[in-house]
Amino acid sequence: MITKIKDLIIAGIGEQAVVRIEEDHLQPILIVNADSLLEIALFLRDTEECYFDFLSNISAVDFHPDNRFAIVYHLASIPYQTQLVLKVEIENDRRFDNLPEIPSVSTVWRTADWHEREAFDLMGIFFTGHPDLRRILLPDDWQGYPLRKDYEDAETYHGIAIK
Amino acid sequence: MTHYTKGLENYKKKIAAITSQEMVINMGPQHPSTHGVLRLELITDGEVVKDIIPHLGYLHRCFDKHAESMNYGKTIPFTDRLDYLSSMNNSHAFVMGVERMLKIEDKLPKRVEYIRVLVCELNRIASHLIAIGTYGIDIGAFTPFMWCFRDREHIMNMLEWASGSRMLYNYIWVGGLFYDLPVGFEARCQEFIDYFKPKLVELDDLLSNNQIFISRTANIGVLPADVAINYGCSGPMLRASGIRWDLRRVDGYSVYPEIEFEIPIGKGEMGILGDCWDRYKVRVDEVKESVKIIEQCLQRLEADFKRTPDFDPRGLVPKKVNLKAQEYYIRAENPKGELGFHFVTQEKTDVPRRVKARGPSFNNLSVLPELGKGQLIADLIAILGSIDIVLGEVDR
Repeated sequence: MITKIKDLIIAGIGEQAVVRIEEDHLQPILIVNADSLLEIALFLRDTEECYFDFLSNISAVDFHPDNRFAIVYHLASIPYQTQLVLKVEIENDRRFDNLPEIPSVSTVWRTADWHEREAFDLMGIFFTGHPDLRRILLPDDWQGYPLRKDYEDAETYHGIAIK
Repeated sequence: MTHYTKGLENYKKKIAAITSQEMVINMGPQHPSTHGVLRLELITDGEVVKDIIPHLGYLHRCFDKHAESMNYGKTIPFTDRLDYLSSMNNSHAFVMGVERMLKIEDKLPKRVEYIRVLVCELNRIASHLIAIGTYGIDIGAFTPFMWCFRDREHIMNMLEWASGSRMLYNYIWVGGLFYDLPVGFEARCQEFIDYFKPKLVELDDLLSNNQIFISRTANIGVLPADVAINYGCSGPMLRASGIRWDLRRVDGYSVYPEIEFEIPIGKGEMGILGDCWDRYKVRVDEVKESVKIIEQCLQRLEADFKRTPDFDPRGLVPKKVNLKAQEYYIRAENPKGELGFHFVTQEKTDVPRRVKARGPSFNNLSVLPELGKGQLIADLIAILGSIDIVLGEVDR
């Protein structure tokens, strides 16, 4: 099924959109180019053969010690009862003034709104075009991104020793 | 740095820019009808809610980070604390994901599977009873709340008998169970079902067809199916909008394909399809279906998969979970909706690189600003109650 979707995307958007397919997982993963992510998302949602109308989950993965992050999208199609895993990989040097940036899909699936805020909050991924990107689970004045593998807790929070 | 904090600045500007007619009201985090520590910042014009800004995180414990620092078995008690009203269902989903990656799912004894489904469905009833009871109290009906808690206590006692703990069980393990069911459990469970069935009819008479209750819930908070799907709503939320989507049937995990049950959906009996009453009614109907599932499980457990002296519920429990580096997303039907776990495993260690929990309440709650806009404050309470959130899972 996944190769069929890959062919559809290549036919609909172009060769550069798809990077590769990883087959050695229980669910095959379609790795796509970050630049055409929004186009692919719209295509997967609206094309009759795919119809992935339900976004289950977005999770951000840190591949420390590599300077690499991945954003994984788990899609489901309610009429066809199928599932698809999309993945975007980004290289980044982990500096706080240079967060990894990828386009937001919250205009395609509104589920992405809060999931992207969570990824921004905990992993420090910046989603361009997100309507309301601020921290969601942690306080607004929190420093750092706790789910990154190189995260170290602060010594104090508002003058209170927390270690 | 500035464009990273732009969202925050926009939010502050929005609050600062309200007109003199409007007022900001903080509902929560200690508001009784938010079912936990949820803070809703309302921009109101008189009694009408113009905008809702939910603030989460008061119960945040970073489950993901915990799960990344210990092995899979040790994470199971943490999954219990996600949606603490349906701990069995949480650990069932988590354990199933690990078992599928280990490829031992098909080797599990049928008795183990039936016991899992039995305790999960008992827990589903307990969770829905809380949803129904507290919803009644949100609207102003006190009696159903007491009735629901009285019946729920029987389930809590039974599950405590099986697992040793009242709410946070750690009963379902990777590759099996903590213990077999205690001797006499099946008979007591049957006794409970016989007691509970007429109580359900009573509850229906008291609340579902109550004219005051209908006036407060019918035609309020209407959630069309397309909006529900787009916001990632699942479980009773989605089904109340008329979509027959139940992962127990769609994915057919565990022994659910061998069990007969219906998937109740909203029909718009009292008002428009997808209103608060429909969401409430779907939960009541699901309790009835769960009773059917439990009866079938008990029947199979007493006839085909009887307790035998050589039955070892821990027979397949691995000493160490050795997985190759891979990714897997498991989803399962919780009382609140689709609970998912995204695993990213690493080579040569039994500590995962990443475990992300996708809580159904988190996604169901995100539709609240859409549902509540333009409603009265009193109706907002009715809408929030019908979403049935558990903050342990929203905040994780």
